[in-house]
Amino acid sequence: MAIIEVNGVRKTYAGRDVVDGVSFSVERGEIFGILGPNGAGKTTTVECVEGLRVPDAGTVRVAGLDPVADHDRVTRLLGAQLQESELQARLTVREALELYAALYPAPVDWRPLADRLGLTDRLSTRFAKLSGGQKQRLFIALALIGDPEIVVLDELTTGLDPRARRDTWKLIEEIRDSGVTVLLVTHFMEEAQRLCDRIAVIDRGRVVALDTPSGLIRRSTGSTVLSFVPSRPPTAPELDRLAALPGVATVTPPDAAGVLVLHATDDTVTPLISLLAEVGVTAQRLRITETSLDEAFLDLTGEGPTGEDLAGHDPTGHGPTGEGPTGHATAAHDLTRQDA
Amino acid sequence: MTSAPTPTSTRTPETAAPARRRGPLTAVLLTETRLFLREPGSLFWILAFPTALLVILGFVPPFMEADDNLGGRRVIDLYVPVSVLLAMIMAGLQAMPPVLTAYRERGILRRMSTTPVRPSALLTAQIALHGAAALGSAALVVAVGRIGYGVALPGQFAGYALALLLAVSAVLALGGTICALARTTKAATAVGSVAYLAMMFTAGVWVPVQAMPDTLRRIVQITPLGAASQALDQAASGAWPSWAYLGVVALWTALLGLAASRLFRWQ
Repeated sequence: MAIIEVNGVRKTYAGRDVVDGVSFSVERGEIFGILGPNGAGKTTTVECVEGLRVPDAGTVRVAGLDPVADHDRVTRLLGAQLQESELQARLTVREALELYAALYPAPVDWRPLADRLGLTDRLSTRFAKLSGGQKQRLFIALALIGDPEIVVLDELTTGLDPRARRDTWKLIEEIRDSGVTVLLVTHFMEEAQRLCDRIAVIDRGRVVALDTPSGLIRRSTGSTVLSFVPSRPPTAPELDRLAALPGVATVTPPDAAGVLVLHATDDTVTPLISLLAEVGVTAQRLRITETSLDEAFLDLTGEGPTGEDLAGHDPTGHGPTGEGPTGHATAAHDLTRQDA
Repeated sequence: MTSAPTPTSTRTPETAAPARRRGPLTAVLLTETRLFLREPGSLFWILAFPTALLVILGFVPPFMEADDNLGGRRVIDLYVPVSVLLAMIMAGLQAMPPVLTAYRERGILRRMSTTPVRPSALLTAQIALHGAAALGSAALVVAVGRIGYGVALPGQFAGYALALLLAVSAVLALGGTICALARTTKAATAVGSVAYLAMMFTAGVWVPVQAMPDTLRRIVQITPLGAASQALDQAASGAWPSWAYLGVVALWTALLGLAASRLFRWQ
């Protein structure tokens, strides 16, 4: 049974539909991602789940309860980490943990929790003196301290350096493995792809897709990327014949390094080989890879995430570095880099 | 710091008994008390400054001499209730509004909204702490006035205490209204400063209300602190404070308290 059910939720601010009929349900024990560009309505949606906002229309149920009417009971089941929330500047980590433990009827022991989150040597540090990663770890601890069944994490890794981000991902997986359902709001593709069991892609207040990460990638046009260096530059009619192959979505003619890229499907491979044999071209350094969630996302939302979102993501999905400053990466660009 | 508002002041966080389970509201109050004691600026302005002002005025020789225009009293006698009101102004208008608006602005109230405890617990704790500090400072002023300058203790003690409680409630309600109306901490500080100067004037910090010209005094004594000043002055002289003055302060408290609770924005 779904532990979170969101049905037709609508929220309007100043005549603008920030959330425009969002529906999804989250199963017990999964990491459910809400992915979308900035301003898509992700935070407003989860604030309705947390009971911090009242939807103008639609219903939200958390373990069968209304987060507004049954706010008190929902707060015992659901721990939240809010975007852009702070604590009192002079509150120490220990005091924050003790205080929040005291707010819940059956809290977990904060000491092992602090240990697990690497906060033990920061217990007497004041909130204002913590690093970004330490603050986020403290907020994860506070979200878990009431022994919740669900945690909502909103833009948890924004502003963290790559190492802290990866450490945080490990923590989120541990949380899920301990049986807690995770609702994760993010605009990082790599984060969603790596962590989420299922993802709702939200754009302009609507759910434009809801699937597993690989399902989202499959449904985007040209989900397979074929790249090779042709033994001679193809002629214009040959490029047209490439574009006409089954499943081909786009053809990118050879770039400076001579790499030609096709966005296509698995079914394109055999006809491609036949065509190359027919015209007497050999394919050097042939690579067949899946597109990334980035491109699926661009396809779905019709707009690019910011450069920052793409930084640190390797569109081929299995590059060794993953942290390169790829900027607004295209597959062709990245393959060039990989081959170089 | 002799009049620290709660007994927890002597206990450092590190030695606090860790495992004992406290009620959520006690935990909130305890935590906010610790935080309050970590604000040296607020502690100075609320607890030390009013008494310091009284001490300094006592060094001005004419203020220590009986004045026929004041019914044979000394200026220093009038400045004890003024310094008492100053402590309330410092607590309610200078120290409290930035704290409460920052709690809203920085998402601290929202963070608490996701727990089983309402964020109003945080506000209530802060209001109570500022009120307690103001009353502690008032006690210090009266004690120093008595010991240092021989200013008689309030003749009508119960009346004095009642006027004090009403005055502190009115100032805290005004501070709360400022937090409710101001969208940002900056705005709260700015509006707070204007209210703070107006309240200092009506409380008689520059010219004691009792020494003001008739017309001005009539206007000032319908303001919360002008009326409180008159009530405190009467109680200090041994009479039960006039119900008209007490009523004015109570009415302001009710109106401002209502406005603050109705208009307060939680986010």
